[in-house]
Amino acid sequence: MGAAESIKTNYLNALKEAIDEEMYSDQEMICLGEDIGNLGGAFGVTEGLLDKYGSDRVQDMPIAEECIVGAAVGAALTGRRVMAEMQFIDFISCGFDQIVNNLATFHYRTAGEVAMPVVIRGPAGGYGGGALYHSQMNEGWFCHSPGLKVVCPSTPYDAKGLLKSALRDPNPVIFYEIKELYRKKSLEEFIPVEDYIIPLGKASIRREGEDLTLVTYGQNVYHCLEVADKLEQEGYSVEVIDIRTLVPLDEQTINNSIKKTSRVVTVNEAPRTCGFAGEMLARVCENAFEYLDAPPARCTRLDTPVPWVKPLESFVLPTVDKIFNVCIRTLKY
Amino acid sequence: MLVTPIDISNPESPDTLLHLYKQMLYTRIYEEKCNQIYRSGKAGGYLHVYIGMEALSSGWINALKVGWDYVITAYRDHAHALALGSDPVKIFSEIMGRSTGLSRGKGGSMHLYDPQKGLYGGWGIVGGHVPLGAGLALGAKYKKEDRVVLNFLGDGASNAGVVFESLNMAKLWNLPCIFIIENNEFAMGTRLEYHASDTELHKRGMPFGMKHERLDGMDVLQTIKDAKRIINHVREYQEPYLVEIMCYRYAGHGAADNDQALYRTKDELYKAKERDPLTKLANLIIEKNIATPQQLETMQEELEEVVEEQYAEADAAPAPEAEEVYHHIYTDMEVERGH
Ligand SMILES: Cc1ncc(C[n+]2csc(CCOP(=O)(O)OP(=O)(O)O)c2C)c(N)n1
Ligand SMILES: [Mg+2]
Repeated sequence: MGAAESIKTNYLNALKEAIDEEMYSDQEMICLGEDIGNLGGAFGVTEGLLDKYGSDRVQDMPIAEECIVGAAVGAALTGRRVMAEMQFIDFISCGFDQIVNNLATFHYRTAGEVAMPVVIRGPAGGYGGGALYHSQMNEGWFCHSPGLKVVCPSTPYDAKGLLKSALRDPNPVIFYEIKELYRKKSLEEFIPVEDYIIPLGKASIRREGEDLTLVTYGQNVYHCLEVADKLEQEGYSVEVIDIRTLVPLDEQTINNSIKKTSRVVTVNEAPRTCGFAGEMLARVCENAFEYLDAPPARCTRLDTPVPWVKPLESFVLPTVDKIFNVCIRTLKY
Repeated sequence: MLVTPIDISNPESPDTLLHLYKQMLYTRIYEEKCNQIYRSGKAGGYLHVYIGMEALSSGWINALKVGWDYVITAYRDHAHALALGSDPVKIFSEIMGRSTGLSRGKGGSMHLYDPQKGLYGGWGIVGGHVPLGAGLALGAKYKKEDRVVLNFLGDGASNAGVVFESLNMAKLWNLPCIFIIENNEFAMGTRLEYHASDTELHKRGMPFGMKHERLDGMDVLQTIKDAKRIINHVREYQEPYLVEIMCYRYAGHGAADNDQALYRTKDELYKAKERDPLTKLANLIIEKNIATPQQLETMQEELEEVVEEQYAEADAAPAPEAEEVYHHIYTDMEVERGH
């Protein structure tokens, strides 16, 4: 692409642009969150929005997540489109009731009368030494709550396209941003200046391969790509699928890949029990069992909290080495 | 010796004044070291210091029956632990994630925990600990013990729904709990007047019929008087109390906050520092000829050395074993070992 129609952007700026452009084109949209105005957000995702759109549309909220989500639901009832920021996705638990009981079910209980165009987004994930309450991936809670869509991009291009889709979606979307990727230099890429979206529910094949399918999302995409490189040196060709959207899940892309490779490993950084890596394995067993030549396997966080001390943090989270070992076991089965 | 609770039965006595000054100065130096530790990459998570607010922790905690009464607070918790007499080396160790720390390095800066001193944390989720403080009072009342709970929270935290729920319950059941709003004028980068519809936060006791006051927190001697009076009242009459204490946060929100220019001017900060509780006490000490400026300077140098030694001792401990992650998740079983 030429310089005129694309600019080099990091993950954080891609998100910022998505919000800005949607705010610009849709007067009905408002933003709610703690420190999102003057401070521009704890990480700077909403920087500049207050100056541009004013405090009627960009509201600094008190520290009251339950109220933030509830107010988003109420505003959506009046036709507003709402972006609600959780300062860290860990604190979404404080708004849990409003999300799973009100936001997720409103469309259903009014028999389709109302839509809930609300995006709840926030910085998520470990590997940054954030300790127990600033490192979580709790997407499983919301995948487990019918009525919500759940998204987690891994590149600037995807971040912008998916956030725009989410903001235009009539359904509530929980949007997981990987804070360790926000300003990562190596991820910067040219993304189109003109409007584009990436539809929810479409996976992306990040690397093609024949011998094994790695299915993942978020930060683990990069671990998996590294594993694929290492396995190539051992003579194996690995396909890496970034699902990008958890709900709805693009099962077709996963199954098609397994038809080709006959082996699958799922990877995510949430705890193992009841996590999305397990959910994906269950679906593989239901839908692609006859294509498998090895037991499907997963690599996840241990069922422990996330310590911040470096060697301990990587001890509990998936790492290149751990994923590599699970892949080798699966390949050699 | 330096930080253990001070006998404040006669707060204006030369000895007590000097001791108070030493404790507050020590706390400030300790906190400056904490900032340094964080910035050098030796502390993870997030870390928030109490610089500028030392009169509040020293004033209130010295007025307690330490070890008997309960204290609970948010993540800006080092000063509370120090005033209660928690081992400073163990606090440093906790902050640096060593198994020699107060909680074997598992809690970190924001989650100091030392129940022997009456410290029940250290909490990272804003507002989340406030009902726990009420629960501590509930437990004490149930046992008919005359314990008092100091339940510290920030001005920002005072907007959390659960705080109102806790206030109502505490008054409904007349729990011996003192809700102390540390009003340092900021919730991160959001000023008081942008987050609170009525900036007189003490009034939040009103709808529940709870006694409430707004007090100055920059003068340690006044704070001690207020603290003694209110703690005695709560102990004797077994009812909750809400106090809002006016103070100011000199430092950024946390050690990682580099954006102070976005929410306050340098001028404002200088003005606040004119009310500095340490300077105020130092002036009094000098005025009363209890010590010379030179002696106070020497004291500072000595304390700086002490803090450096404590840090060095904490830093000498090795990083914890990876095995640690499996321990203390359940009392009676282990989680599945990994990969
Ligand atoms: C439930 C929750 N929401 C948001 C945060 C992020 N956060 C941490 S501290 C803070 C500001 C709190 O301000 P205040 O209560 O005044 O305490 P201070 O930092 O001034 O001591 C915010 C928004 C959090 N930790 N927990
Ligand atoms: Mg505050």
